[in-house]
This record gives sequence, structure tokens and C-alpha cells, in this order.
Amino acid sequence: MTTTNEYQATTSTGRIANFVDSRVGASAIVKEFGRKIFPDHWSFMFGEVAMYTFVLLLLSGTFLTFFFDPSMAHVVYDGSYVPMKGIGMSTAMSSTMEISFDVRGGLFMRQVHHWSALLFVASLSVHMLRVFFTGAFRRPRELNWVVGGVLLIMGLAAGFTGYSLPDDLLSGNGLRIIDGVMKALPIVGTYLSMFFFGGEFPGEHVIPRLYSLHIMIVPAVIILLIVIHLFMVVTHKHTQYPGPGRTNDNVVGFPVGPVYAAKAGGFFFIVFGIVAFIAGLFQINPVWNYGPYDPSPVSAGTQPDWYIGFVDGALRLMPGVLGNFSFEWHIPFPWGTNTLVLSVLLPALVPAGALFAVMFAWPWIERWVTKDNREHHLLDRPRNAPFRTAMGVAGVIFYSVMWAAASSDLIATHFHVALNDVTYWLRALFFIGPILGFWLTRRICLSLQRKDREIVLHGREAGIIQMSPEGGFSEKHEEIDVYKRYLLTNFVDRQYIPAEPDAAGHVSRKEKRRAMISKFFFEDRVAPVTPSELEAAHAAHGHHEVEGDKQDSIEK
Amino acid sequence: MKALSKKRRHPLAAVALLLFGLLITGSLYTAAGNISEAKAAETTAASQTDVDEGQKLFVANCATCHGMRAEGSDSGPSLIGVGAASVDFQVGTGRMPMQMQGPQAQAKPAQFDDKQISQLAAYVASLGAGPAIPDEEYLDTTQGDAAHGGTVFRVNCAMCHNAAAAGGALTRGKFAPTLTGVSEKHIYEAMATGPQNMPVFNDSNITPDEKRDVITFLKTIEANGSAGGAALGSLGPVAEGLFTWTAGLGIIIAFTIWLTSRPS
Repeated sequence: MTTTNEYQATTSTGRIANFVDSRVGASAIVKEFGRKIFPDHWSFMFGEVAMYTFVLLLLSGTFLTFFFDPSMAHVVYDGSYVPMKGIGMSTAMSSTMEISFDVRGGLFMRQVHHWSALLFVASLSVHMLRVFFTGAFRRPRELNWVVGGVLLIMGLAAGFTGYSLPDDLLSGNGLRIIDGVMKALPIVGTYLSMFFFGGEFPGEHVIPRLYSLHIMIVPAVIILLIVIHLFMVVTHKHTQYPGPGRTNDNVVGFPVGPVYAAKAGGFFFIVFGIVAFIAGLFQINPVWNYGPYDPSPVSAGTQPDWYIGFVDGALRLMPGVLGNFSFEWHIPFPWGTNTLVLSVLLPALVPAGALFAVMFAWPWIERWVTKDNREHHLLDRPRNAPFRTAMGVAGVIFYSVMWAAASSDLIATHFHVALNDVTYWLRALFFIGPILGFWLTRRICLSLQRKDREIVLHGREAGIIQMSPEGGFSEKHEEIDVYKRYLLTNFVDRQYIPAEPDAAGHVSRKEKRRAMISKFFFEDRVAPVTPSELEAAHAAHGHHEVEGDKQDSIEK
Repeated sequence: MKALSKKRRHPLAAVALLLFGLLITGSLYTAAGNISEAKAAETTAASQTDVDEGQKLFVANCATCHGMRAEGSDSGPSLIGVGAASVDFQVGTGRMPMQMQGPQAQAKPAQFDDKQISQLAAYVASLGAGPAIPDEEYLDTTQGDAAHGGTVFRVNCAMCHNAAAAGGALTRGKFAPTLTGVSEKHIYEAMATGPQNMPVFNDSNITPDEKRDVITFLKTIEANGSAGGAALGSLGPVAEGLFTWTAGLGIIIAFTIWLTSRPS
């Protein structure tokens, strides 16, 4: 190793840069990461949006911590908001009022924080739906799907702990529900509630505790998970939509440096701008309307932020009694009667639990049913995986029915229908909706696949009506180009796999169950066009068009 | 005294004590009730011509449902003792005459002018004592305390009318309307008479001064507008979530499509 090849900088800036680079090796990192390719598609950018809104949350949240005091000590408000002057409240509420009305730019920062929180969870959810519907969670990305799912749950945790901090009437009612759900848990419920609130609800400890979680533990876990998530994205490389030249072994797109870095950097500021625009013009969480927390009143239109809405909706949908059957059970024990409040326990825990369980397990469920253990770096078009798309839509409907139920009162007032009827319909949809959604989505997917076949085999409708010498009318069909044909004919063709015996020749019960699901999923399918089918179709067309379009037939 | 204590084991002592207790409770209740009723009686100093004119209007417009002598029928309640305030509110906000039968009467442009309304009110008030149209002093928001009114409002009214008085749903198609744009007098009368599904907040429940505080609070938040920008209907997190998913994500998707578009 001699110094013959050593780079000699000529300017002083160059010398400083070289000095730093030769010690930290930045150019090697840039060389490696700068050449990383990212495919370009608008639907790939929601994860980025989530990350950018999270950065915004950190920035605006830090500003808020300078002024917020999470104490539940009692004070009398004496700030500038007249309709609250002289009212007793907690220090937390009072400092929130101070941020809103007496800190310069405070209300704007509060609104930036809250709007970006709503957008954070929304973009996270859309990102997750994109990953699900395109099958991007398949091998080797199953674990990253799980990390993403945990990120979603941490997003909900961050949101809920933050929502409760101002100690206003609205969020206090939310905590009251949490308290109710905790107390409904058998045996440990009351203990849990007492530990959490530091005594009887609401106590004087819960806001400081939530504050610690909200500004330290939850964000730290989120940052850690984001790092793991992105590390895995780099290791696995990004998935891409199928297309000519895009295979399972390459990635077609732009390198990080300079194009993608510039785009992504610019996009951060665009997201920043959008949130600032919304926060500047639209009010969010006006705690001064709700007033300080007081356990007695509950105002109309009390809902949680949207991402907790589905749990609230499930609670609203659950009946307390069904005919003569009560969901509040009194179980006699030797030491006395214990109560099991199923009308709270079931809706609060079961639907959300089931939803997350299926979500986390789905990559493994799919792998087990399809016996597909290959690596997949090419995405599915949703129509080409009818079973998965249909399952996804069923899940979305299941979620949305509960979500809608959380706003049942507003649906009633704004669409002039009876609140009771809204509840009855949503109860019915809770059970029927997902089934109907599954069936309908699968039919639509299969029809779209048939349409694709039709286009490949007979060309697309040109919109030109021709009259034959006999006087008959027919529409001219144009053959599609090879790129489009490639896209329409190349997809994973999943078929029903009957139960297979294991090495000992025995067909296990589990395998039979798998075959049953496989049959349910893949019995109806539309196969991609094979080369021979295409050949035959073209030959048939050639015959046809001898009479009509001579030029066309000559080309073939 | 000794004579009395000797008789305390008498078989009828319990009965006497019970009667005595009931008598005291009853008298106290009547006395307390009269304090609020007394005011009502005082202010109904309408002339006989007003009452006569009111009766004509009543017979022509209201009697179909409420009966010729306001005694009520299958389609409408008795109006004896509902007071002038009730008539002034129901007719003044256009709820009566009712647009159609339904879960509750809906507000619409008033069908009578102020003079006719006062004549109708005078007639109904002449049938039996009830809450009167409030004095000007209880409608003067410059004398009210908005902060105290806010507390009273949140404890008594917000569960139906929403914390920002934007209205809310009740059961079976009934609803609590928004209080924005409702006059001071009508707010007071609504509290005093409890129209439709609203409970009555009489003067022993919420005093006239507190009613004025509530009105002051409502008028203050109405005048203040929303501090943080467009209020999105003051409907709370549902409107905010809807806005996030439609406008917020919509704008973001537009930008992502722009960023990933290629000239072709």
C-alpha cells in the first residue's frame, strides 16, 4: 500500500472534505446506498408519508413539551379565554389552554401535532393496505409485515396517550371507557384499574403516567421499529409491480442518489407544507369547547380520534341484552357473587383482537394454504389474487362497520334517520357485510381477470363500427402491444392443491383442512393465457379478417 | 311536653307523625313552587282584546289538534297551564303550527307576526298559570357570566346539544337542535318550558340568573367563532377523521402521483 493513488485535494474545502472522508468513510457509504434502486409508483409513498408525519410529530411535540405541564393539581384558570375564566381545572388542562391562547404560535403547533397524528396513523394504515393487497408481505418480507403491524399498534398507543393528555372532558370520557373495560376484566380488573389510575378513577396520577409513556417510551419504541423496518427494506430490496423487464431478480427504478434523495427530500417538505396548511386553516380538538374533565357530564358527539373509533363503535353496537338473555353474568362463588360484564368485555377485546390476530398471521396462513414458499419480489395486481383481495375487503368492511358505528349519532342527525335504525343496520352489516364483501370482491376480481383474458385473446375494443358487405355490424378490435400483453399474461397462477399424503403415506387432518381452504379459495379461478391459446386466437382472427381487413391479415 | 312524650307509644303515634311530615313537606314544596309560579302570574297582564283576538287565531289555526278550548286531543296535548313562554317559543320558532307529524316538531320560518304571537300567548296564558315570557333583564348578556354559564351548560345541556352547542342525536329520529342563531328569548323559554323532548329546567333548578349565564355563554362562543380556523361543524373527532381521510390524504395522493409521474 503506497500513497501513489492517494487523492490530493487542491482547494481548502476539498482538503477538509477529504480529511473527514478518509476517516469516516462517508464516500463508501454513499457509494453503496447512493446506488440503491427504488422503484417509482405513487402507492409506494405512503410509508414515506408516515415517516415524515412522524418527524413532524417529534418536532411539534418537542415544542409542546416546553410549555405543557402534565400535573393533575387543581388550579383556577386565569388566562385569556373569557368563557373559561375562574373555572377550576387541572394544571394539564390549564397549560393546554395557555399553549392555545397565550403562547405565541402555540395553537398552531398544537394543531400541527394533532393533524399530523391523524395523518400518521392514516398513512400507516393505507401503507399497510397497499402491502396487503399487492402481496408484498410474502417471503422474504413476513417479519417486516409483523414489524409494520406492531408499528401500527404503537401508533394507536401514541395517539391514545397523547389524546388523553389535555385532561379535557372529551379525552376524560375516553379514559373512563378504558377504566370501564379494565374493570370488566375478570379477577384482575379492579386491581388493574387501581394500579393504572393510582387509586379510584380518575385519581391524580394518570396524566403524568400517560405523559411519560407518550413522550418517552412509545416514541422510542416507534423509532426503534422504524429503524428495523427500514433496515429490512434495504436488505430485502424494494418490491416492484410486474412489467416488461421487471423480474424477481432485479429492481427497476431510480437510484437513491441523486434522483430519489431529491424527490424524497422534497416530498418531506411537501408533507410538512400540507400539514401546516391544514393546521393553519382547520381547527382540531378545541379543548376550550369541551371544558375541563369532570366525571359527571358526557357531551353529545363524544368520540375518540378516528383510529380508536372502531373499538368505540364495537362497544356501541353491542347489545346489553338479547331478548331475555343478558350479557351481564352474575356468577355465584363461595365467597359471593362475581359479575362478568360480557357486554363490555366482548366488544372491547374480541373484534380488535381477531382483526390483529388474522392480520399478523396472514403471511403464514397464505403460505400454508398455497404451499408457496418461494421468494416474491414482484407484486400481485389485486385482481390476480382474488382470494386475498376478497379477504382484505372483508376485513376492511368488518373494520369499517365498527368504525361507522362510532359515529352512529352523527349519521342519524346528518342523514335524518333514527339512531336506533342506524344501530340495527350496522349490527346486521357487522355479520353480513364481510361475507357479502368477500363474495362480491371475488366475483369482481374474477370478472376483471376474464376481461384481461378477453383483451389478450381478441384485442381491445377500438370503438370503430364496421359494416360488412352483407349489412352486418361489428366492432373492430385492436391488438394490444407486447408490453401490455406481457403484463396481462404473466402472473402467479394459484390453483387448488388437493390434500397430499406425507412421507408415511398418511393424509393428516391438518392437511385435509388446508385442502378444504385451498378449495374454497382457488376452486374458481381464471388461468392466464398460454402461448398456444394466443396462437390459436390469432389464427382464428386471421381467418375472420380475410374478408374484412386485408391489411391486418397480411401482417400476420 | 311530658303529656306528649307519654303518648309516644300510642298506636296512632306513627300515623300522626307521618301525617305531620307529609304536611310539612307538602307545604314547603307548594311554597317553593309558588316562588317560580308567582312571577309567571304577575307578567301576564294582557288586555282582554288580546285574549279575544288570540282565541280567534287559536280556533282557526290550532284547535284541530289541541281542541276548541285547548283541552287537547289524540293528535295534540292540552295547552292549559303551559304558559305564554311555551306559545312564544313554539309559534315564534315556527315549530307550531307543525309542519308534519314526526318524531318531533321541526323549526321553520314563523307563520305569525309578533303581534299575533303575543295574542295567541295571551289567550293560552289566560287558560291557566304557566311560565311567562322572560323579562328583558334576564336576556341581557352584558350582565351574564359566560364562564359560569359554560359550567352550567356542560353539566345540564351539553349531553344532548354538544359541548359547542352544535346539536346531537336522540333516540328514534329525535334530535337536539343546534343552538347557533337561536335568539336569547327563545333559549330562555326553551329552558323554562322544555319543548319537545327537552326536560324543563324551572327556576328552582336553574335560576333565572343562571339561565342568563347560559345564554351569555352561548352568545359568547357564537360571537368568538372558532379560534383555530374552520370548525368543521364543531362535531368533534368524527369530522376531523373524515377530513383527514378525504382532504388530507387526497392532497397527499395528488402529490405522490405528481412526484412519480413521468413524461410519456
